[in-house]
Order: sequence, then structure tokens, then C-alpha cells
Amino acid sequence: MSASHTHTHAAHGHDAHHHDDHHQDAGPHSTLSGYMVGFVLSVILTAIPFWLVMGKVIADKGTMALVLGVFAVAQILVHMVCFLHMNGKIEGGWTLLSTLFTVVFVAVGIAGTLWVMFHMNANMMPTHAPGHMPAVEQRAP
Amino acid sequence: MSDTHTLPAGAAAALAPRQYHLAHEPHPENGTALGFWLYLMSDCLIFAALFATYGVLGRSYAGGPTGAELFDLPLVALNTAFLLLSSITFGFAMLQKQHGKVGGTLAWLAITGLFGLCFLGLELYEFQHLIHQGAGPQRSAFLSAFFTLVATHGLHVTFGLVWLVVLMVQIAKHGLIRENQRRLMCLSMFWHFLDVVWIGVFTFVYLMGVL
Repeated sequence: MSASHTHTHAAHGHDAHHHDDHHQDAGPHSTLSGYMVGFVLSVILTAIPFWLVMGKVIADKGTMALVLGVFAVAQILVHMVCFLHMNGKIEGGWTLLSTLFTVVFVAVGIAGTLWVMFHMNANMMPTHAPGHMPAVEQRAP
Repeated sequence: MSDTHTLPAGAAAALAPRQYHLAHEPHPENGTALGFWLYLMSDCLIFAALFATYGVLGRSYAGGPTGAELFDLPLVALNTAFLLLSSITFGFAMLQKQHGKVGGTLAWLAITGLFGLCFLGLELYEFQHLIHQGAGPQRSAFLSAFFTLVATHGLHVTFGLVWLVVLMVQIAKHGLIRENQRRLMCLSMFWHFLDVVWIGVFTFVYLMGVL
């Protein structure tokens, strides 16, 4: 840990802007207004889905699930921007790039899993019928 | 290739000498933030696997209780409020850190820890209540997936709380030195990340579970 610390000093020692110890060393600059905007938006984006479900506002389940998903994605974006200070500039854009990669990976993983497993469930359904069960057991060694 | 041979001697000398090492290497100033972010993204993949598992098994009740019968939404709403409040109080701690105030930072971190404890306490009460009802993780595939996903998040919060206490001791001992500022930034990312995961949990597990 101390080795990397001295290395940082050596690398930036000749820089024009020298870091003093009181200056913000790590992470982006946060502001009170940024946090408050994020908090108020999160409260709204949390309260509405709970109200929708607890008050049974939307009768159709598919529509309800879609609306809930939209609210979740919106709130995740608010948290990313306001609390995690995500933008395209920090760390030279690598943070955003790694996040986009993860989002693609997660989307493919979850959607692919659901797709494959539900197809398999649908195709395996006949063997789950009660009449077929003993035959399967007899074949097992 | 052949172009270099046909160049006149004067033109070749006029070309600037090749530089293989730039005076200012374009490395990010603070590698820790990016490294810790990559850890969070890998953690995200763990949660994605657990969400996918829950998505597949979430309706396999094995004749047991369903989410609509088990989930107590007002309790979940209260838990969500605790976690959201702990997120904003951690933000206040970061603002106090920026002003260089040790006392204010410690006070807001302590409040954050209390909200985290409230969240964990309520979650443990919910688990205990479910297990007492006979709806433990061994009852059905749905409940196995539910306990695995929600408890993994709860374990992250637990370790976040341990980290929070350790960091508070370090700040009280050494003040807001450069190292502690860096640790505080990492814990802040970790804590806000857990809140992001919880958005997924309360939406896809609890709210969609009772539909």
C-alpha cells in the first residue's frame, strides 16, 4: 500500500498542480444539491411502485410488471448518476465502458437463462405427467 | 516499406526522433476508484446469476406458500426506506469529508450504520418469521432462490457495516488522511451499489412476487 503511495507521488511530483493533503484526493466532487436531487427522485420512484402494487392500481399483470420494470430502471439510473457520480468522463471513460459491458453481460445472462429454462420447462412437460413417472424410474440403474 | 528507402537524406533527418515513452503517460490519476468499480461490476455478475436463478425458480412453489401469501409489503417498504435513508446519510458523510470535518464525518457515518442495522434487523426478523411459519429455504425451490438472493444482499450489508465500523475507528485515530479518504470513497461506492441491488430485489422479488 505504501509502495503505490510513493509511486503516485513520484508520478505526479513534477505536475504543475500539486495535491496538498487537505484537498480532495480521491473520487469526484460531491454536492449537497446532487445528493438531495437523487434522494427526492429515489423516494418518488420508490413510492410510486409500492403504491401501484399495494393499491392494485393496474389490473393487468403483464402491464404492471412492465411498469414496475421501467420504474426500477429509472431509479437505478438516478442512483448511478446522483449517488455513484457516474458520467462519461471519470477515469477517462473506463468506468462507463466497464459498466456498459456489465449491463450487456447481465442482460444476456438473465434473458438467456430465462429463455432457455422456460423453453426447456415447456418441452419437458409431458414427462412430468404422473403416468410417465414410474417408467422413468424403472429405466434408471 | 519501400517508401523509407526512397526518402532523401534531408527529409529523413527532419523527421522527429520517435518517442516510445510519453512524458505524461495517459494513466488515470486514481486507479483505486476504477479497480474498486471493476470489483463492484464483478459483484453485479454474482447478483445477476442469483436474479436469473430466482427468475427461473420464482414460481416453483412445490405446493407450498406463494410470494403473495408470504410477503409483507409494508415491512419491505420500511426496509427500503431504511436503506434509502442510509444512502443519503452516507452522502452527507462524504460532504463533511470534503469540508475536512472529522466529527461531522463520524457522526453521519454512525447514523448510516444505525440505518444499516435497522435494515438488517428487520430482514432477520422477516427471515425468522418465514422460517417459523414453515416457509424456510428447504420448503420449495422458490424459497431456496428467495433466501439465497436476499440473504446474499444481506451478507453484503453486514460486511459493509463491519467495514464501516473499522473505518470509523481508523478515521477517529488518524483523521481524514489521504488513505482514509480513499477508503471512504470505496465504502461509499460499495454502500450505494448495495442500494442499487436492493432496487432490483424489491422490484423483481417482492413487488412482482405478490402480483
